[in-house]
Amino acid sequence: MYEKTLTQLAAALKSGEFSSRELTAHYLQRIEKADTKLNSFISVTAEQALQQAEIADNARANGTAGTLAGIPLALKDIFCTRDVKTSCGSKMLDNFIAPYDATVVEKLSAAGTISLGKTNMDEFAMGSSNENSYYGPVKNPWDLTAVPGGSSGGSAAAVAAGLVPAAMGTDTGGSIRQPAAFCGITGLKPTYGRVSRFGIIAYASSLDQAGPMARSAEDCAHLLGVIAGHDGRDSTSVARGVPDYVESLDAPLSGLKIGLPKEYFGDGLAPEVEKAVRDAVKVYESLGATVRDVSLPHTHYAIPAYYVIAPAEASSNLSRYDGVRFGHRCDNPSDLIDLYTRSRAEGFGEEVKRRILIGTHTLSEGFFDAYYTKAQQVRRLIRQDFLDAFEDVDVLMGPASPTPAFDLGAKKDPVSMYLQDIYTIAVNLAGIPGISVPAGFVGNRPVGLQILGTHFAEAQLLNVAHQFQQATDWHLQRPAFAEEYA
Amino acid sequence: MQWETVIGLEVHVQLATHSKIFSGASTAFGAEPNTQACAVDLGLPGVLPVLNEQAVAMAVQFGLAVHSDIAEVSVFDRKNYFYPDLPKGYQTTQMYHPIVGPGDVEITLEDGSTKRIRIHHAHLEEDAGKSLHEDFHGMTGIDLNRAGTPLLEIVSEPDMRNAKEAAAYLKAIHSIVTYLGISDGNMAEGSMRCDVNVSVRHKGLDVFGTRAEIKNVNSFRFVERAIAFEVERQIELIEDGGSVVQETRLFDPERDETRSMRTKEEANDYRYFPCPDLLPVVLDQAYLDHLRSQLPELPADKRARFKNELGLSAYDANVISASRDMAEFFEAVHNECGDAKQAANWVQGELSGALNRESLSIANSPISARQLGELISRVLDDTINGKAAKEVFQALWNGQGESADAVIDAKGLRQVTDTGAIEAMIDQVIADSPAQVAQYRDAEPEKRGKMIGYFVGQVMKASRGTANPQQVNGLLKEKLDALL
Amino acid sequence: MALEDSHVRRAAHLARLAVSDDQASGFVDDLSRILDMVDQLQSLDTKGVAPLSHPLDATQRLRADEVTEANQRDAFQRCAPAVENGLYLVPRVVE
Repeated sequence: MYEKTLTQLAAALKSGEFSSRELTAHYLQRIEKADTKLNSFISVTAEQALQQAEIADNARANGTAGTLAGIPLALKDIFCTRDVKTSCGSKMLDNFIAPYDATVVEKLSAAGTISLGKTNMDEFAMGSSNENSYYGPVKNPWDLTAVPGGSSGGSAAAVAAGLVPAAMGTDTGGSIRQPAAFCGITGLKPTYGRVSRFGIIAYASSLDQAGPMARSAEDCAHLLGVIAGHDGRDSTSVARGVPDYVESLDAPLSGLKIGLPKEYFGDGLAPEVEKAVRDAVKVYESLGATVRDVSLPHTHYAIPAYYVIAPAEASSNLSRYDGVRFGHRCDNPSDLIDLYTRSRAEGFGEEVKRRILIGTHTLSEGFFDAYYTKAQQVRRLIRQDFLDAFEDVDVLMGPASPTPAFDLGAKKDPVSMYLQDIYTIAVNLAGIPGISVPAGFVGNRPVGLQILGTHFAEAQLLNVAHQFQQATDWHLQRPAFAEEYA
Repeated sequence: MQWETVIGLEVHVQLATHSKIFSGASTAFGAEPNTQACAVDLGLPGVLPVLNEQAVAMAVQFGLAVHSDIAEVSVFDRKNYFYPDLPKGYQTTQMYHPIVGPGDVEITLEDGSTKRIRIHHAHLEEDAGKSLHEDFHGMTGIDLNRAGTPLLEIVSEPDMRNAKEAAAYLKAIHSIVTYLGISDGNMAEGSMRCDVNVSVRHKGLDVFGTRAEIKNVNSFRFVERAIAFEVERQIELIEDGGSVVQETRLFDPERDETRSMRTKEEANDYRYFPCPDLLPVVLDQAYLDHLRSQLPELPADKRARFKNELGLSAYDANVISASRDMAEFFEAVHNECGDAKQAANWVQGELSGALNRESLSIANSPISARQLGELISRVLDDTINGKAAKEVFQALWNGQGESADAVIDAKGLRQVTDTGAIEAMIDQVIADSPAQVAQYRDAEPEKRGKMIGYFVGQVMKASRGTANPQQVNGLLKEKLDALL
Repeated sequence: MALEDSHVRRAAHLARLAVSDDQASGFVDDLSRILDMVDQLQSLDTKGVAPLSHPLDATQRLRADEVTEANQRDAFQRCAPAVENGLYLVPRVVE
């Protein structure tokens, strides 16, 4: 069963080939066997999953089941779930059970999908390797000595290893697309505001966005259709109709105008990655697309701007973790300041502290204009780069990451880690959607092709990605690790 | 040396919305601790603020009432600091782009003169929770019911020059917000709280002295007392060769003094930045026009109308227009009886006295405006005399009768104006009082005027107070003089 | 803009993070390198460019003024470290 895509599983459930209970039990068994090596889950909720599967099977028998009813999924442990721990990868929230479900979780439940559990992640979504988790690093199923990427590393690894057909991630600077690329799966970051942020633990509010991570663009289309839409509980959620993302998958690509940003093919890009991406672009040309070079002149300012804006928002967003109403509280605080400083010092890991300190510093008196205001100005220029490019082309293509997955422990210096996100981070600053699709390998490590569209162009991105997946089979490759537990 | 005091006020007004500014939790006062603090108010992970339309409308109404420019685009910022009553570790407020821009308020001083106080701006923000310091094993208890209650912070220019002006300004703000119905203005429950900025300078100087901020001065009286103490303290300090430190002080009403707060922060750095969870609030002209059309007549307009059209004195007009309830009650009484001066006298005199004695607000007056107006009408048309009117008032107050007429009839208080009937009573009294008549006759003519009082009393008594006193007086004099 | 030890200590204080001397010097190194990278921004001329806070030019939607939240104190306080009589407890706050 695990070798099937979500779309295929939905068809099998519909035809009665197997039940949701059987399917759910199958994946739970795989998790139990394989995840001791991967560490992709923080919590596995087997009992609830089997109960939900039974409900889905009954709905199926009654003829009331929707397309995705009975499909097992996993949630990055950043989505609040009633009755199940939501840790956000942090010691701070190791004891936190939210009294509410995130809107995404509600929508997935309403569609009849089943949650197998909560996946591992970089603490508070801060990281690009999943090495910043309180629950330990996640391994890449393609190569257990490699990182799965981050911060949605657990979701990516679990999908790639066939422990779940699809999972939900969040992307603040590349946290869906980069791990999708590293693990050889398809990951979509929607337009900012397309998916409600309610119940998603905030890292950087003006950048965070949730999206699906699955085996194919078609799978992502099904899931986006479920989770997208306006939510009255999120002021930044956009009131705009949700198109049928599946229906538009088969549109032909003849006449599609593809732009290749020259800044995405410069220094630092591994030659093998570049080759895989250029080969993918050739496939598109064979499908009738035209290709031209474009420029996003402010690309190199994206990482500096991001490392002002995201930590600034994070330093404020993370102030609520003070040991008073929930979360970690230090033992025997001597006074209020001791309660605060010790609870927070004990509860947060190094990278989180680093970003809180950076954000606090850059917002503080005497530095605010030079850093924060400047970064917001640059943010506008970066967005304008994209808007200008989309005047001339339909989509942009390039690598999702300059290299394939690197080795666990390889990047000790925070700045060298940050620079990994060079191709993904500007997208969040601009708020546009992006998708990463498998496009080859360097050795045994996957390479991701990133496709970007203008605001609310998800249907087009999914169509463009799907057509590639109809012409290639990179997305169908499975790591040997997945087969070991067949 | 001549000193001048410079005062500016920051008034926090709790807006009378049903739900909080960013959540659907109730704002009702006095609930069990933390029963009205929802996930958003508690700052639980992942939850988000959504702005209450009524809070925006109320802020705009205030702005329109004080002739402010309403910002087409206003923005919420985060003010970051740690405190247990501040669940998120930041207060959502409007630092850089407040919803209400510069405006002004007219205040009336005791001598009836008026002065214009400029408003710098007013902005929306969320209230914090409360810390309770009763003994929880040496711990402090935190109640977050109040967290997220909408506040309008109204910041004046430093335009006030003495404590009376400051109190008058606070009263004017109180009038406006209660007229608009955007706050209950209840200072005892903290619906209106005030921070006072005070400095002193040599008269004639243009530069301001260093100011002290007195926090949470929560009654009109305390504002005056706090300023009086603070001014004296600052002047003494400077005259003794010292200088005023810019600091936050607390007014202690029991000791009648201000004292320096040991600040929770040595040096605050609030790191304001635009709240990324909220978008810019954009208001269009149609919206503003709609709210403008809904504005009630405001205190200053009422005051002017009472004075100019109804002929009330400046003092009466000011007192009656200060509260919307009183003004509307007065107007209803006036509509009923048609005599503004009498209506004003009764509302401020008999009615206010009775309300004060029983600690009732005019909204809860046991006697209605209609009843009072009718009562006054009966005085004006000579149906009853002044003494009987007080009796009717008391009866209506006690609920002994539906209307003034009903009480008058039930108690037989209708004034006797029939000359024949009065003459009959006078004849009887004269016949019954031979000794007093003899005394009257023998008295010096200039003393007789006083002595007539006895006979008036007897006639009034005989009429059970219903005889018209002027008629009684006139007829008695005629009859007694005829006996001379 | 060079980062000094005092900046890190001040930020740690404002952010209420206990930082030991050893940790502080580590943070000074890390943060200095991050800020050196960030300082590239200074080379860009942004005169006249309006800051951008949100990626979409959207405006705030308003909620009807209705009470929609029922009392859930028990559920909310289940994850609280210290409560008594419905109050959250903290070490005594000196006013």
